[in-house]
Amino acid sequence: MMHVKEHDVSKASELIAFRLGGQEFCVDIMSVRDIRGWTQTTPLPHSPEYVKGVINLRGSVLPVIDLAARLGFRSTEPTARHVIIVTQVGSQSVGLLVDAVSDILTINAETIQPTPDVASELARAFMKGVLAIEGRMISLIGLDSVLQSTRESSGTLN
Amino acid sequence: MAAIKQTFFQECEEQLAELETGLLAIESGETDEDTVNAVFRAVHSIKGGAGAFGLEDLVRFAHTFETTLDLVRSGQIQPDAGLIKLMLRSSDTLADLVRYSRDGGDKDDARVSQLHDELTRAADPNAVAAETKPAKKQPKNAARVPQPEPEPVEEPETSPEDDFVPITISFDDLLGGGGGETQDDGQQVYKIWFKPKPELYAKANDAIKLLREISALGDADIACDISEVPLLGELDPEGAYLSWNIRLATTEPEAKIREVFEFVEFDCDLTVEAEPTPDPDFEFVPEPIVPVDQRADEAGEGPLIPDAVLAKIAEIASAEPAKAMTAANSQAQPAQAAAQTTIRVDLDRVDRLIDLVGELVINQSMLTQRVTEAGIARLSDVAVGLDDLEQLTREIQDSVMAIRAQPVRPIFQRMSRVVREVADMTGKSVRLVTEGENCEVDKTVIERLADPLTHMIRNAIDHGLEKPEERVKAGKPEQGVVRMSAAHRSGRVIIEVSDDGAGINRARVKEIAIKKGVIEAGVQLSDGEIDDLIFAPGFSTASTVSDVSGRGVGMDVVKRSIQALGGRISISSKPGKGTVFTLSLPLTLAVLDGMVVTVAGQTLVVPLTAIVETLQPKASDVHGLGERAKVIAIRGSFIPLIDVGNKLGYREEEADPINSVAIMVESENRAQSALMVDGIIGQQQVVIKSLETNYGQVFGVAAATILGDGRVAVILDVDAIVAGNRSDTAKADVANRKRNAA
Repeated sequence: MMHVKEHDVSKASELIAFRLGGQEFCVDIMSVRDIRGWTQTTPLPHSPEYVKGVINLRGSVLPVIDLAARLGFRSTEPTARHVIIVTQVGSQSVGLLVDAVSDILTINAETIQPTPDVASELARAFMKGVLAIEGRMISLIGLDSVLQSTRESSGTLN
Repeated sequence: MAAIKQTFFQECEEQLAELETGLLAIESGETDEDTVNAVFRAVHSIKGGAGAFGLEDLVRFAHTFETTLDLVRSGQIQPDAGLIKLMLRSSDTLADLVRYSRDGGDKDDARVSQLHDELTRAADPNAVAAETKPAKKQPKNAARVPQPEPEPVEEPETSPEDDFVPITISFDDLLGGGGGETQDDGQQVYKIWFKPKPELYAKANDAIKLLREISALGDADIACDISEVPLLGELDPEGAYLSWNIRLATTEPEAKIREVFEFVEFDCDLTVEAEPTPDPDFEFVPEPIVPVDQRADEAGEGPLIPDAVLAKIAEIASAEPAKAMTAANSQAQPAQAAAQTTIRVDLDRVDRLIDLVGELVINQSMLTQRVTEAGIARLSDVAVGLDDLEQLTREIQDSVMAIRAQPVRPIFQRMSRVVREVADMTGKSVRLVTEGENCEVDKTVIERLADPLTHMIRNAIDHGLEKPEERVKAGKPEQGVVRMSAAHRSGRVIIEVSDDGAGINRARVKEIAIKKGVIEAGVQLSDGEIDDLIFAPGFSTASTVSDVSGRGVGMDVVKRSIQALGGRISISSKPGKGTVFTLSLPLTLAVLDGMVVTVAGQTLVVPLTAIVETLQPKASDVHGLGERAKVIAIRGSFIPLIDVGNKLGYREEEADPINSVAIMVESENRAQSALMVDGIIGQQQVVIKSLETNYGQVFGVAAATILGDGRVAVILDVDAIVAGNRSDTAKADVANRKRNAA
């Protein structure tokens, strides 16, 4: 999992930027499999608050994570205008519920700055760094850590 | 190379199965030539392949085994009960050696060498063999890998004198005196020209075996054409220079002749022509003739061509090159002909296809639903077309599922070994009778049946059958019978394991159950309930699934394994008559029959196998028990009520039982519980989708599925919910006690 990410980050790479609770975030485009509108999820019993449930993605069962809630923001009340970014790391696929997709960015690894200390502990755990682009600040989300912790938190519920 | 080796091991498994089937058939009295040949061929193939991979242990043992089988085949020793037993044990050991060669691990050298000795002794050519087959040949061959030897495989169907000793035989002699049959009785005469290419030999086939096979079909005159053999200096040792003209008078159809050459058809030039009438102009080559049967011995004369050339020819004709990938297998058998129409496919590919078809089915039902919602008339072209599509997708689904389906035969065969071993261990005489081996079940189901069945068979022999003297005393035959049968019944597979032993000793079972604390002393139980006690957890000591194949493991583990497969197990026993275990299993693990229910606005699926009945609770039947627990009175017994919505965290407050539907479920240990749901939508077959691939395990959820509307629904894990309820109640009890104590 890690190899792909690090390889991409070290060179010029493309990122998909999206909005979430008034802030901008981005993920590596290589991990994105699909972007689709919000569909009603089937809630899973005893799941953490940030797990919205599962949806049917062309025959496989895809968990949808409310990324805002995961990052410690207020949880999203999804509407038809919300977007699910289907990401894949390794063999695991997860949908990320975000407010809207905003941009596709091409960046160099040097553009990535370390996450400032002021960010909350939770947010920092999932951020690999920040980008300054045209006066905007965009945080780069490390998907493996998001997916990893999803696995763990579902596991601890057993 | 690794891939080829893997293929070899796969083939070994098939050959071993064939071997065992054959031996068991011989044991039951079918000593016909075909059976014996099949057995011989299986061992021979394994040996041939093993030689190519340098698996010396395997080759050595297979060779000894083969030598003995060869003598049986040629009728020089008779397969009596002792010998058959020896051969069965040898086949087990051969299987062990194959597995050892494949997986490594421990091998029982002592056992191998002991059997080795026994086989050698059995093959001791003290009778007819002594004069025709030099005795020294066997130990010599047995002691080393016989590969470089020109002809390691002796096939003395009639005489072991296989070496090419060309002799002149007069034409008249052969036709008149040899076979003793004329073309009168509906025989047809075929002219066969057979010219092997070098590849034929390179694949470890042997011309003489084919010729012998041909001569077995009827009255054959075989002439070897050596005109193409070059001078020694120009002779390529791996070339093929010989061809044969065969004149065969037979009642068999032409197809039968072609079948003989089926395995080499691309490696030889072959013509088969029927002669309209016995043709006196047939160009029979009165040249050196390869002796094919005993006639050769009788008519034997001196060679016509120099010995050196002959020796070379013999070497060419029977060379078994070291690079041989699979063993010589030149005799075409109908069964093998059928096997040729199969292909090996990676299971992942099949599973992918099954997944895709599952999606197709879901998609199709979604489409149907949408069309209905759109208000399109039932008889419109669209709707009719959709109906056709539905039928097609169902058919595709069935066909795809059938790919994974496999006959239960291999697992039944494996059990015959278990029977032998346990019978030896316990000193009981046991006969295993199997029925319905061709019954097909999903591959995974079959694989996961091995352990439970092994344990049930062990139990049946160890605990079920009486000792021989007790059996005689009870007026039963000394040999006990364990019966395994498989049959399809209404979309499920029913497997029965029964014995004709003493039946369950209910007094003793009850005593043990009381001693182990499974039941309270003084409880009144029906016979059926006592029988069921053996499935109770704690009735026997061990409890892990991996121990099933070991000894002294509880039937509760067996029951759990069967339930994990979506199956059920039941027992019935008659004192003095025996015990029957009945397994009911789904045909496939990819789909499941479920009851679709609603709970707190969510749609859930309850596996139908767990459900006993459904009912609408009456207010008078529902009783509170303690602080939180509720029970429902059904036919005199009180059964715990479980609110599924609350258990799964869909709602805080427990639902009112009166407005719910109670689904009676049976979980481990036959304990019944009533699951409360809001409503039942219907029954449906659902495709099982993994939650774990992308998420993980969820408490109370066995898997997910996709319903006709395209939404995901979770499939309840009934056992977990019932168990969770119990532990919740227990926790509440502990909390209460603490509070009371404080």
